[in-house]
Amino acid sequence: MAELTYRDAVARGIAQEMERDERVVFLGEDIGKAGGVFKTTVGLYEKFGPRRVRDTPISEQAILGAAMGAAMTGLRPIAEIMFADFLAVCFDYVANEMSKLRYMSNGQLACPLVIRTGNGGGVRFGAQHSQAVENWTMMIPGVKVVAPSSPMDVIGLMAAAVRDPDPVIFHEHKALYAIKGDVPDGEIVDRLGTAKILRPGRDCTIVALALMVPRALAAAETLQREHGVDAEVIDVRSLVPLDTQTILGSVAKTGRLFTVEENPRLCGWGAEIASIVADEAFWDLDGPIVRITTPHIPLPAADHLEDLALPSASRIVDKVRRVLNG
Amino acid sequence: MASVEDGTARNDGLRNDDIGLDRRLELFRLQVEIRDCEKRAFDLFLQNLIKGTSHLSIGQEAVAAGFGVAMRKDDKSFCTYRGHAHTLARGVSMEGVLGELMLRDIGLMRGKGGSMHLTSVEHDVLGSYAIIGAHLPIACGSAWRAQYLGEKDVSVCFFGDGTTNIGAFHEALNFAAVWKLPVVFVCENNLYMEYTPISEVTAVKHPAADRATAYGLERIVVDGNDADVVYRTALAALEMARDGGGPSLIECLTYRHSGHSRADPAKYRPPGELEEWLKRDPVVIYRQRLRDFGVKQETIDAVEAESKRKVEAATEACKASPQAPVELLTADVYADGGWAWRN
Repeated sequence: MAELTYRDAVARGIAQEMERDERVVFLGEDIGKAGGVFKTTVGLYEKFGPRRVRDTPISEQAILGAAMGAAMTGLRPIAEIMFADFLAVCFDYVANEMSKLRYMSNGQLACPLVIRTGNGGGVRFGAQHSQAVENWTMMIPGVKVVAPSSPMDVIGLMAAAVRDPDPVIFHEHKALYAIKGDVPDGEIVDRLGTAKILRPGRDCTIVALALMVPRALAAAETLQREHGVDAEVIDVRSLVPLDTQTILGSVAKTGRLFTVEENPRLCGWGAEIASIVADEAFWDLDGPIVRITTPHIPLPAADHLEDLALPSASRIVDKVRRVLNG
Repeated sequence: MASVEDGTARNDGLRNDDIGLDRRLELFRLQVEIRDCEKRAFDLFLQNLIKGTSHLSIGQEAVAAGFGVAMRKDDKSFCTYRGHAHTLARGVSMEGVLGELMLRDIGLMRGKGGSMHLTSVEHDVLGSYAIIGAHLPIACGSAWRAQYLGEKDVSVCFFGDGTTNIGAFHEALNFAAVWKLPVVFVCENNLYMEYTPISEVTAVKHPAADRATAYGLERIVVDGNDADVVYRTALAALEMARDGGGPSLIECLTYRHSGHSRADPAKYRPPGELEEWLKRDPVVIYRQRLRDFGVKQETIDAVEAESKRKVEAATEACKASPQAPVELLTADVYADGGWAWRN
């Protein structure tokens, strides 16, 4: 067991898979000699060399296209898109190419690759380097989407993503890179499509993702301590596949559901969960499903404004408390 | 009649030159079969047996044929929506191609992809891509795999002149050049970017070749209507790539005899232009080439008759084929064979 940052867990997760499988290769901008602009890939270039850890030009289409062509023909590439916002400049590969390859070819072609990307806000980078875009990727049939919230999950889900036979978008959260967590020694392999109940509770269910997970947990502590509300907190972890059974099971127990989403409100991932729960667990509900989201705005750079925009622990507490008190 | 085939011809250059009789007959056969298959696709449209859209290569057959013959069996093809020709040129059956155009179960992808996405992994045709430029980086990735694993196949990427103005083209060329990848980029310059003359929207005369030097590559413009020229050019580029010499960008000058797609009657072409290019019809040129080299007319006739027979047989097989079972609707979204996105 060792205490590891989320940032270092990224490098450890990649290294674990590169050591295991020679077919795993890694490409992206400044990932090699520089060790990554977020220092998430420090040591990989030194350990695996320029043949397997390849610095690229600033060419996001070439990065994802090359990863795809390599994946189709036998490699297991990991591609870094430095900021998740940049997925917009290479979105063809996500939305039209890798996601549809297997289907359009009637199963002749596969695309086992991982796109790692720095997602989310709270880092004062402004509207084009701070977005939480997990919902952009969730809406495309044919890709899988994960977003870990802890160092342990980074390693385990990275392994699951690299070993998965389908393209996986792996959203790392920029504001979580510095957090620390205990990580056991040895190989860690998790499963895609599994949510985790991080805090059992009786009174309501709060589902959260990535940076919203620690905030939901902090809110749950406050709710318990100051308001006597016993909230169950679920880390969704994987948007596709989506572990609806864990969520539905929790709602059956608590009767109330809150989603905490960093993505802007319209078509956020919580809307899909709300829809599923309304469809399939309506009679378990004791009140309306409530979504707590970033408002439908671009993100400001100023710290006081960005803090207002993103769901905070206190906003979660306030909302849950007011809704439950009717 | 004197013939190179039985050794009675005075001009036996065909036997002894770098291409030779067998390859020339193969180049001819491919061009004829692509032509006949494409013409049949056009007819089937008029009969409403092909739905959706379709982009024909009539007039451009020499490029696909020249590369098809030059490529090694394990070389990879990456095509565009105008990719019937390049798919057939790798040995894919007419049933597979026409069946897919007709969206029948007999089609290459059982109707799931349609005319713009012809794929036959068995023949190393790793897809036809309908988003302009998308497959150039993908071909780079395939070439990177070959380089990484020490495999000796070359990835060949076909595209039109319109592709040279999209970002992915430039990203891929720089990427391939910097990584010295075994990839050959083949631009078929048919003078029109869909409905617009490429010259009206491009800063240089030769949309592909005039960009080559920006990526440290040789400027190559060839007659894309002469299959021998294409074959020789292809062979040189493939050999260079296989030997670790890196990528090539080849601009093949050609002309499509029909419009951009099913919807386009090509009325934007100046009067007389099509007629001029019909004089340089690659199939006509090659038929004459074979005669010049002393190939018997009956040999030529036999190739053409066999092509017609194949087209008829394929058409009948496709017409007789049902559409795919509805279970295919949700098959192969994910690797487990299904489409489940939740538990």
